[in-house]
Amino acid sequence: MEHILLRHRDIPNINQLDVYMQHGGFEAFKKVVTTMKPEEVVEEVFKSGLRGRGGAGFPTGLKWRFIDKNNSPRYVVANADESEPGTFKDREIMEGNPFQFFEGVMICAYAVGANAAYNYMRGEFWELAYVLDARIADMEKAGLLGENLFGTDFSLRIYNHLGAGAYICGEETALLESLEGKLGQPRLRPPFPPSFGLYGKPTIVNNVETLANVPKIIENGWEWYKSIGTDKSPGPKIFSLSGNVEKPGNYELPLGSTFRELIYEHGGGITGGRAIKAIMPAGASSAIIVANDKALDTPMDYEQVQNVGSLLGSASIIVMDETVSMDWLVQKTLHFFEHESCGKCTPCREGTYWMTHLVDDFVDGGAGVEKVELLYDVARQIEGKCLCALGEFSIQAVLTGIERFPDDWKEKTLKSEAPVTA
Amino acid sequence: MTPNVTLTIDNQTVTVPEGTLVVDAAKLIGIDIPVFCYHPKMAPVGMCRMCLVDVGRPVIDRATGQPVLDDDGNPVINFNPKLETGCTVTVSEGMVVHGKTDNVQEARNEVIEFILTSHPLDCPVCDKGGECPLQNLTMHFGPGTSRFVFDDKIHFSKNIPLGDLIYLDRERCIQCARCTRFQDEIADDPVIGFFNRGRRLEIITFSDPGFDSYWSGNTTDICPVGALTTADFRFGARPWELNSAASICNQCPVGCNITFNTRREVKSGGGFAIKRAMPRQNEAVNEIWLCDKGRFSSYTLGESDKRISQPMIRVDGDLKPVEWGAALDYIAEKLGALDGSLLSVASGRLSNEDLYNLRKFTTHLNGETALYTHLAGGDLVTRVGLSQGSNLGDLGKGDAILVVASDLEEEAPVWWLRVKQAAERGATVVVANPRSTKLDRAATHKLRYIYGQELTVLDRLPEEFTKSENTVIFYGSEGLGLAGSAKLAEGLAGWLVNTGRSGKANNGLVAVHPRANDQGAWELGYRPNADLAASMAKSAALYIAGADPLGDTGMEAPEAFMIVQDVIMTRTAEAADVVLPASTFTERDGSYTSGERRVQRFYATVPALPGTRPDFTITAQIAVRFGLEIEGRFAPRIFSALAEEVESYSGLTYVAISRTEEQWPIVGRSDMYYGGTTYENSLGLGVQLPAGDGSFEGAWKAPSGKEVSGLTAVPVTVLYDQGSVISQSKTLAPRLAQPHVIVSASDAGELGLENGSIASVQVNGREIELSVRLDESVPAGFVLVPRSMGLNLEAPAPVKVRVLEKELA
Amino acid sequence: MNTFLDKYNDEIQSILAKYPEDQKRSAVMPLLYLAQREKMYVSEKDMGEIGEVLGLDSTEVGSIVGFYTLYYDKADGRTRIQVCTDLPCALRGADAFAAGICERLGIKLGETTPDGKVTVEGVMCLAACDKAPMFQVQNGDGLSYHENQTVESAMELIEKLK
Repeated sequence: MEHILLRHRDIPNINQLDVYMQHGGFEAFKKVVTTMKPEEVVEEVFKSGLRGRGGAGFPTGLKWRFIDKNNSPRYVVANADESEPGTFKDREIMEGNPFQFFEGVMICAYAVGANAAYNYMRGEFWELAYVLDARIADMEKAGLLGENLFGTDFSLRIYNHLGAGAYICGEETALLESLEGKLGQPRLRPPFPPSFGLYGKPTIVNNVETLANVPKIIENGWEWYKSIGTDKSPGPKIFSLSGNVEKPGNYELPLGSTFRELIYEHGGGITGGRAIKAIMPAGASSAIIVANDKALDTPMDYEQVQNVGSLLGSASIIVMDETVSMDWLVQKTLHFFEHESCGKCTPCREGTYWMTHLVDDFVDGGAGVEKVELLYDVARQIEGKCLCALGEFSIQAVLTGIERFPDDWKEKTLKSEAPVTA
Repeated sequence: MTPNVTLTIDNQTVTVPEGTLVVDAAKLIGIDIPVFCYHPKMAPVGMCRMCLVDVGRPVIDRATGQPVLDDDGNPVINFNPKLETGCTVTVSEGMVVHGKTDNVQEARNEVIEFILTSHPLDCPVCDKGGECPLQNLTMHFGPGTSRFVFDDKIHFSKNIPLGDLIYLDRERCIQCARCTRFQDEIADDPVIGFFNRGRRLEIITFSDPGFDSYWSGNTTDICPVGALTTADFRFGARPWELNSAASICNQCPVGCNITFNTRREVKSGGGFAIKRAMPRQNEAVNEIWLCDKGRFSSYTLGESDKRISQPMIRVDGDLKPVEWGAALDYIAEKLGALDGSLLSVASGRLSNEDLYNLRKFTTHLNGETALYTHLAGGDLVTRVGLSQGSNLGDLGKGDAILVVASDLEEEAPVWWLRVKQAAERGATVVVANPRSTKLDRAATHKLRYIYGQELTVLDRLPEEFTKSENTVIFYGSEGLGLAGSAKLAEGLAGWLVNTGRSGKANNGLVAVHPRANDQGAWELGYRPNADLAASMAKSAALYIAGADPLGDTGMEAPEAFMIVQDVIMTRTAEAADVVLPASTFTERDGSYTSGERRVQRFYATVPALPGTRPDFTITAQIAVRFGLEIEGRFAPRIFSALAEEVESYSGLTYVAISRTEEQWPIVGRSDMYYGGTTYENSLGLGVQLPAGDGSFEGAWKAPSGKEVSGLTAVPVTVLYDQGSVISQSKTLAPRLAQPHVIVSASDAGELGLENGSIASVQVNGREIELSVRLDESVPAGFVLVPRSMGLNLEAPAPVKVRVLEKELA
Repeated sequence: MNTFLDKYNDEIQSILAKYPEDQKRSAVMPLLYLAQREKMYVSEKDMGEIGEVLGLDSTEVGSIVGFYTLYYDKADGRTRIQVCTDLPCALRGADAFAAGICERLGIKLGETTPDGKVTVEGVMCLAACDKAPMFQVQNGDGLSYHENQTVESAMELIEKLK
């Protein structure tokens, strides 16, 4: 199948402006600016059923509809903070097929009446940011960005902005705070960014992959887009496959493809032919799925992953083989969340710190199972009390790791080290 | 009007304006929802999660827009599966809130347990113990034991100073951000902040000096734990040992309501000592805030080692202690044999009662009174000033405030705060000053003028200003002496009257007087003396109370028989023939009239220093020797006599000014966690004087000042000067400014001055060495000389500045 | 005198141009990277000078240094080897890889080599999970990724960076 998002895999050098344009690049942008009303663009995207690819799966067109048209200036902010452990798709899009992503930003900007857009990238994408600065300069030179585009009164500038190491900035309101030059701590919601966003102005924050879908929707129409994937989860999705598999990497498949298809057909199966044990479908934030046949045959879309007790999220599929003990895994995820907790709300700040100590005591310190019971209690105590989703994410692996893999928490003779399989 | 909504909280129904937060609605009907991060004076943030409640909303039928009813005809309530934070949820019609159910109580227990995992629980040695929200709520909700291993707690070294005034204990901090938000949102000094993230969050400051703000003390009031403590109170006393007395800060004309905390201690020989000054809520004056000058130096004059505790008379050239009777008799003898006139000079540090008696007595001897001040126009404020029903807190959209010739935060900090908040509520705030001041940041319009051209701003007022509903004008003494300020006040008062803005609440002129009761003195008929030195030289006798003209101006000691009545020894007292030791305001009763014309009462806080007497008593005891019987013992009776005689005080009594009513937000109750440790006001909100007649007949006029050309020195005010009162505060001592002059960048270039240079400054025949500060916003041709810093300018004067040494950068 | 502004004026102006005129604060993060260029940490003087450029108190600038992990408030190795040891990389041998580098350098994870040049630390996910083991190098010039590494290839690079 030809790629819709990872087109650089089919078309060499599509990350060069001339090549991208030879393959129909910016036709969609030109079409919307010169022939469509902003509302028509919003409706097209709404009808396509595109859902946010950052993790929440919120209908993109609906978000765009919420933009407060009575307030200006308005902004578009691309969320390129990609920091969920196991997620590396946005980086590949921006490296391989950057113009399609930027074209999505530009169409979005036109649709919501924004004249400035920011691409908030995690600070570690430093080298990429310099490349993208050059890409933006290319577009400006080609008259695709700047004043009075295509002779209309629509003007647009795009700026790259680098973060500096904070997972929480992937949360859209924390991202906006960070972009404003403040601590990356989430805001209270409501109000939501489409009414109160960057600098308090109406703002659309969309994930990179989400935006990369947009030019193709405009180009081929919403009916075409809806024909891909499932009814409620249409379109292609990039699945970032990592962990104990033979061929980790990004795979662009229609939503609704099964775990088995991804792991065994595309990913080459488990390393060393070992048995699969567990899957985290949404990176470190996932409830851990017991990788039985039922789970493996579950279609990966926003609804059906819930049937096996987890969420699709950003589709960062981390695969664990039979040698991985869940206490070790939970220690890894907890250290991550403890390190990334912004500290704003009590349960997450204190709870992740406390849980980290408990799991360390158990895994490294030889403490007994009473620590595991307490760990479970503390996780439950965090549940439902946090200001943003990070705190809730931090307990997913704890709760499901203990509930679904009780054997891994019984005695310390079980090995709690991961195999080296690379 | 905002429409009301009705909701049910713990089965009680309450009706509140739309937009009210659930926690505030609960507070109104006496239901306490515990909070740590929420503070009713700041925007909610929902951080601590302590205020979790179960919130249900009526199910609305989409077709009809009406609530769905159950079989019994009651609305069907849909409860959120997750608990919500009561501090961030606004009320809605038909909402049902549960705060006492098991799941809510359990959630609060759990949040407390989380908070305590990193808290040292060192209540026995913590200054906050006894008035600590965390301690109180832990007693209420917390689990009896902790499941958290003590060794896992994060440890920090205790008690690091954030600056000279505030100490931080990072272990006790619960990261509620009240302090950082206060400094950012309210004080507009974001000089403390969080460092790190997650559990490692800690409060830091990188300002120089540390925690550089005039508002820092307030953070200790609203800190819900003992993380922030003040330098003057830490390790000073336990809250439960303290008595409290209501008072009024006498450091500036705002009249902030305060409560002094006292206890008996060895230091005072077993007597009462003042341990700290706390805000006392008055939403029409200072809300629940105090500036640091008031907090840390309002009560320290009484503790000064310069206190005088015995009358003295000059014998053979030296001051010798005598008994009170002897001193008073000596005065009677000398004044009785007077050949010439008596001039009584008093400052606004004296209360209304003191001033009233002094005026009574002086008039009885056919003498004259003079108000010791550098700012004129208080009589115009009597006629077109603020009047009953005024509250700067009511000004907002559609209203306007002009601040002219005043660096308001330096001269009267809480007024700066109140004007800034009015701007935030949408008021048009015009700030007119030759140089930039902190209020510029809040201003909707900034007007610059050259010193001396103050009134030109009236021609440049923006349209929103001239069309405003209510208008308040503040004027101060930036660059002005008596002549200049008199002219300015007249022009401003005229504008207000001519545009129909006098005689009604929330409109009028406010003088940013140098002292607390200056306006009171003007209301009682005191006027300044245009040439005080000359008048003093001409008088046969001088009765100087609460003023130090010799120390301030360096004038020669006059020939006259001089009585000086003061709390501490001053240069003027040293030159006196009789020195009478007065009790300080914390040792007696009295009242002040604020710049907003609010008459407020202060109460005796500690027993008077033995040997001292209240000013009003001393004057009455002198008067009686001249056959004038005036009340000298009971302040309330003096006030009654004053009210009978002075028209604008007609009908006022101590009872009236001691009345209170419920204020919003509700603070100061035992819950502590809601508003902080500010005191509830139970002893008087004060009463504003009625509107004046708007006429200017007989207004005090100063002979016009001399025209000055060339490089001109102008007086300005800084808050932390070296005045006689503030310099008695040991706490503030390290923060007091060193004597300096401020010059413009262009003059500095011409004069070869740099920031930090030492310069010789020659003005009015005096020459003094001062350090130089550059300020790019100062207009060329002017040298700013801060008052009470060694070189007190009474009015603009020609100046010569010569560089002595340049500091190497 | 603002030495930071004097030194990097052109770069500062082009950074400021990206944000609305009344929202200069947004430039604080790029300016902090600039301040780190020479010595790989931000001094209190830098905080004050950046604050002056942006109209912020130095505390507001310092807070940003404290919150974000790619800024440092004290001198350490001028070159930082940041090995991703997060879950997906760890499943592919990142912990052993990091330990291997540390062993060869004779330091523990999180420490700096005795010559003060190189600091090796374990960091959270860097969005390169399919190319583990991997690390990034942070120095004054910025950051660069090095993927599909072995201890040998990593040591070769580290020697060069020294």
